[in-house]
Amino acid sequence: MSEGPLLVVRDLDAFYGDFQALFGLSIEVAAGEAVAVIGANGAGKSTLLKTIAGLLRARRDAIVFAGDNIGGRPAYAIAAHGIALVPEGRGLFPSLSVEENLLIGGQLRRPGPWSLQRIYELFPALAERRNLPSTALSGGQQQMVAIGRGLMANPKLLLCDEISLGLAPIIVRDIYARLPAILAEGVSLVLVEQDIVQALKATQRVYCLQEGRVALAGAAKDLTREAIAAAYFGV
Amino acid sequence: MDWVNVILQGVLVGGLYAMFAAGLSLIFGVMRLVNIAHGDLIVLAAYLALVTTETLGIGPLASLLIVVPLMAAIGYALQRLVLNRTLGEDLLPPLLVTFGLSVIIQNGLLAVFTADSRKLQAGDFEVSTIRLFEGVYVGLLPLLQFVVAIAVIAALQFIFYRTALGRAFRATADSQAVAQLMGLDNRHVFALAMALSLAVVAIAGVFLAVRANFDPAIGPARLIFGFEAVIIGGLGNLWGTFAGGIVLGVAQAIGAHIDPGWQLLAGHIAFLIILAVRPEGLFPKVRT
Repeated sequence: MSEGPLLVVRDLDAFYGDFQALFGLSIEVAAGEAVAVIGANGAGKSTLLKTIAGLLRARRDAIVFAGDNIGGRPAYAIAAHGIALVPEGRGLFPSLSVEENLLIGGQLRRPGPWSLQRIYELFPALAERRNLPSTALSGGQQQMVAIGRGLMANPKLLLCDEISLGLAPIIVRDIYARLPAILAEGVSLVLVEQDIVQALKATQRVYCLQEGRVALAGAAKDLTREAIAAAYFGV
Repeated sequence: MDWVNVILQGVLVGGLYAMFAAGLSLIFGVMRLVNIAHGDLIVLAAYLALVTTETLGIGPLASLLIVVPLMAAIGYALQRLVLNRTLGEDLLPPLLVTFGLSVIIQNGLLAVFTADSRKLQAGDFEVSTIRLFEGVYVGLLPLLQFVVAIAVIAALQFIFYRTALGRAFRATADSQAVAQLMGLDNRHVFALAMALSLAVVAIAGVFLAVRANFDPAIGPARLIFGFEAVIIGGLGNLWGTFAGGIVLGVAQAIGAHIDPGWQLLAGHIAFLIILAVRPEGLFPKVRT
């Protein structure tokens, strides 16, 4: 185990084919910390998470996790190392039931606090729907499955891509209300969000991205509305 | 009574066709790969069984203990070393590569074993029959083959829907990217699927070799039977595939009874009729 932060992203470039989406981007996440990544559409938030999770190529030393260079490793190896991504749009497996989706999240059998039973305690709505196909759930419940599936891997770092996407505000609040219980188990959290108010409330630090670069970084409580607006829109 | 016998024989042969089809269907379901070499792999398994029985002096059924793991290992290696490299957005490369593989296997077998027809000998068991009731007899071998086919389909069904391996198969089929986020190496998952497919191929190959003469060139026809059984039954439904095999077997038996030259034709006609009336097959799995 290293002394430094749990995750260090250093001078990261990312590409979709010839299109460059991230330019020399650097962020850090400490153990047990919750960090928000905000920014407009196309700022590179999802790309950042996908690259950390190994779905996009990266330079070897551009991503350091728990002291190891994990840049460019395949996604399944990074998952085994303790990073779980809750993908944008939830990405549930339609052929699998709710419980099977959760079980496959835990198929690496990493030891830790989370088990099927603990997930059902966290999201009781899922317990009574465990045998339904994942497609039969409401959007909010599907998001709970996606988060639960990520937790089943007992990750050291949980990456959440737009939990609030397409959900009613009351559902979003309901889901965000469970985050403290998740953080209490010692996992680090990176939240990518369009819903800035929710994101700032749930986290200690914020990075605001703009066109693939960090435009603003700071403690969530210190950032003024004006500074965020400027970094967000680039005006 | 004559017709009862004919249909009964067709049903029992249908079990064999279902085994041809199950491995094909499994591979297509998990990785959208159409394995043109499937029939030739069945014939390869038959020759492996032939070599095993001749060198070790054991019976065809005992040879399964060697041929099944061997074919599974071949399947794993084939997928890992060759077929995984062909998978992607485009369906054409795996089609071409398995077509090439089919040619290689046929000619390889021809070079080693010549074009002579061969057959596995199962002794008295092959010709013993039991009487169901007056005038209706079934052979022990076709009966065993049918029971094994049911067991194979039931086992595949169990693996697919009740085990962690099956979960991994279905998840990877749904989304390779998200499956990797769960820690699943899709190359390994695909290789396991091919290993399972060729394990079934091995069982089918041994029964084929006991039932009738085989030579290096009969693979493509087995592939067609497999395809037809899958399509008749409906894609993505294992018990549907089993029913498809039986429909095909019964149609061929009826055709052969009317005129021996009509055996294959009757099977193809049944296939075309079902394709025309129910293009999605008899029991399609609704999948969104």
